[in-house]
Amino acid sequence: MATEPRKTPMLDQLEEGPWPSFISGIKRLRDKHPDQRINEVTNDLLGQLEHSYNTRLGYWKGGTVSVFGYGGGIIPRFSEVGDMFPKSREFHTLRVQPPAGNHYTTDMLRQLADSWEKHGSGLQTFHGQTGNIMFIGTTTKGTQHFFNEINEYGFDLGGAGPCVRTAMSCVGAARCEQSCANEMKIHRRLVNNFTDDVHRPALPYKFKFKVSGCPNDCQNAIERADMAIIGTWRDDIKIKQDEVKAFVEDKGRQYVIDNVVTRCPTNAISLTDENEIVVDNRNCVKCMHCINVMTKALSVGDDRGVTVLMGGKRTLKIGDLMGTVIIPFKKLETEEDYESLVELAEETIDFFAENALEHERTGEMIERIGLVNFLEGIGVDVDPNMVSHPRQSSYVRMDEWDAEAEKWFQRKAEEKSA
Amino acid sequence: MPEKEKPRMPIESGCPDGWQYLHPALRKNYGMWDYHDRPRPGVLHHVSKTGDEVWTVRVGTQRILDVFSLRTLMDIVDEKADGYVRFTIRSNLEVTVTDEARVEPLIQAMEDAGFVVGGTGPSISTLSHTQGWLHCDIPGTDASGVVKSMMDELITEFKREEMPNRVHITTSCCQINCGGQGDIAINVQHTKPPKINHDLVANVCERPSVVARCPVAAIRPAMVNGKPSLEVDEKKCICCGACFPPCPPMQINDPEHTKLAVWVGGNHSNARSRPTFQKLVAAGIPNNPPRWPEATAIVKRILAAYKDDARDWERMSDWVERIGWPRFFELTELPFTKFHIDNWRGARQSLNSSTHIRF
Repeated sequence: MATEPRKTPMLDQLEEGPWPSFISGIKRLRDKHPDQRINEVTNDLLGQLEHSYNTRLGYWKGGTVSVFGYGGGIIPRFSEVGDMFPKSREFHTLRVQPPAGNHYTTDMLRQLADSWEKHGSGLQTFHGQTGNIMFIGTTTKGTQHFFNEINEYGFDLGGAGPCVRTAMSCVGAARCEQSCANEMKIHRRLVNNFTDDVHRPALPYKFKFKVSGCPNDCQNAIERADMAIIGTWRDDIKIKQDEVKAFVEDKGRQYVIDNVVTRCPTNAISLTDENEIVVDNRNCVKCMHCINVMTKALSVGDDRGVTVLMGGKRTLKIGDLMGTVIIPFKKLETEEDYESLVELAEETIDFFAENALEHERTGEMIERIGLVNFLEGIGVDVDPNMVSHPRQSSYVRMDEWDAEAEKWFQRKAEEKSA
Repeated sequence: MPEKEKPRMPIESGCPDGWQYLHPALRKNYGMWDYHDRPRPGVLHHVSKTGDEVWTVRVGTQRILDVFSLRTLMDIVDEKADGYVRFTIRSNLEVTVTDEARVEPLIQAMEDAGFVVGGTGPSISTLSHTQGWLHCDIPGTDASGVVKSMMDELITEFKREEMPNRVHITTSCCQINCGGQGDIAINVQHTKPPKINHDLVANVCERPSVVARCPVAAIRPAMVNGKPSLEVDEKKCICCGACFPPCPPMQINDPEHTKLAVWVGGNHSNARSRPTFQKLVAAGIPNNPPRWPEATAIVKRILAAYKDDARDWERMSDWVERIGWPRFFELTELPFTKFHIDNWRGARQSLNSSTHIRF
């Protein structure tokens, strides 16, 4: 190569050991890639990273870069030490939305790699913490060229900044028997309804959708999403008693008692003297544990739908918050069902846009104004599934009690007649 | 403007349909799966109600992938499998085949190329990580380097299924914690207030938003050396670094005083107990590149105690819930300090208001 490789004694130590080394990968780009531009960019990237390792400080600064027509989707990075490492002075990341479920053909990944090495550094990640493909390292010009190219064959930018963010969904129905929903469809119906809000950041802060097909919540939706859609079911757990017997035969009664029966959070499961499983389905909370253990014998029920929780987020600013149940159960079968889910998201984002403070997440807004005000704002009725327990404090004005009680009885009567 | 120089308008196609990239067997059996098992670590076997079967090999990679490594992976998938892949939330590659006979040669080829097969069932899966010094604008440490160093030490448990239950470990390079919740989380913890460059604040920072960003209202506008700037009440400051992203002249990162903390018991699943957030167990750990040996040692100590003492199917949070926190600190030989007692909002709920004590 034309340029002298920078000395990286610290980073070189990360080439040792059995786990695949990202440093070796970056060095391959520096030493073996036919494009001199990539050799030089990755050489200076390694130089700056070594400098960070030596001084224990970061040297990237943000800025304003986007592609024509959009306001977000790019993480701009300008080096503060660009004079020392000029070839990686501009090193922006493109956030690109992956296909729902993160499925790819090798052909498509090759096509993306071909486009990326034409315009960028040749480094990428599948996927970042929000769920985007991260194409790491290009100039402002390269950003536009790369986007133009991949946008022509079906890829679009994700969110960055105060906007609707790229969504995530689990493998779900594509390859998991525990799936209670059509995750891909929910994922795309929701996020693709808000492409304008993804590409043009104009919300108080970020808004994330995450979809998990069952309560195992592989997408961490409750902990991380402003709107979490979790597959669940209402009818009985399905039991194959012959498979139960085979399982007991294989593992022993003690194993089943210690690892299935006593682990049920609501004591809703028992093992009979005949080695059959009996479930108190009325008190099953669909936690998934017994189904996780006995994958052949037990499975999710047939009356499937989703639970919607809102307000999950990470630490900034008031501390970590879990999502709260907003819709305990919702069928998703007809087009109207999906449309009403999208409408709920629209109501929520509209309310969020109008009522949240700058840099406040949905969960923080709910914390500040109270769940009831939020529910009234988005037009959802209160439900005892939304709380762990009712109020403990008597310090509340309740002179509208009779009217509120009447609403409850009316709603129950309507549900009954429906 | 000449025609060719007209800017191209984007096609706002949003999230692509995953269906077009699905393995034909997954497409055919969509929503019809019956059960799964794991014939060996690193391999999932799913059986459909149609009788179709698929085997999925899970592969750990370096996550920050160069195009050469990506193409090597794709060459193996084309030659040894069917040309279809997906990525898990922890950035593991999953390769699905319909012929059981292809599983072992696929594993062999991946391992020969330096990748690692595992991460299924009760194993330690790939650490999930953030951007760090490689690409973030506010990092207190690196991410990829920490993960590489730790996975070198934990690789055996990635390849086996010998932990009580799955272990998810995360790293975060600042206290915003975009790495998220984990059974074990290794996160930056700053220990000193920001150092302010008062010459730059007025030009770089939108001062009211910086004031608003502080979780403890410790920042106020002030004139310093005749220039409009911001000042921090250092007695109130919790050193969280929330002011640094909107105001880079308020440098929070420090080569000496930016430390690492270890948190335990975050669990996203509803299985058994409700989802839980992670709790502080250790802090003051040096941010020590390139291999962070002190942090790795503490993580390994916690993992050893968990592996030795937890029952089957207990996640880290379930285990601590059963044995109690005093026993956790005893088994891991970590100090319990005044910093472990929460004083943030909701803190009272974390106090023991009972005589439930294990002696």
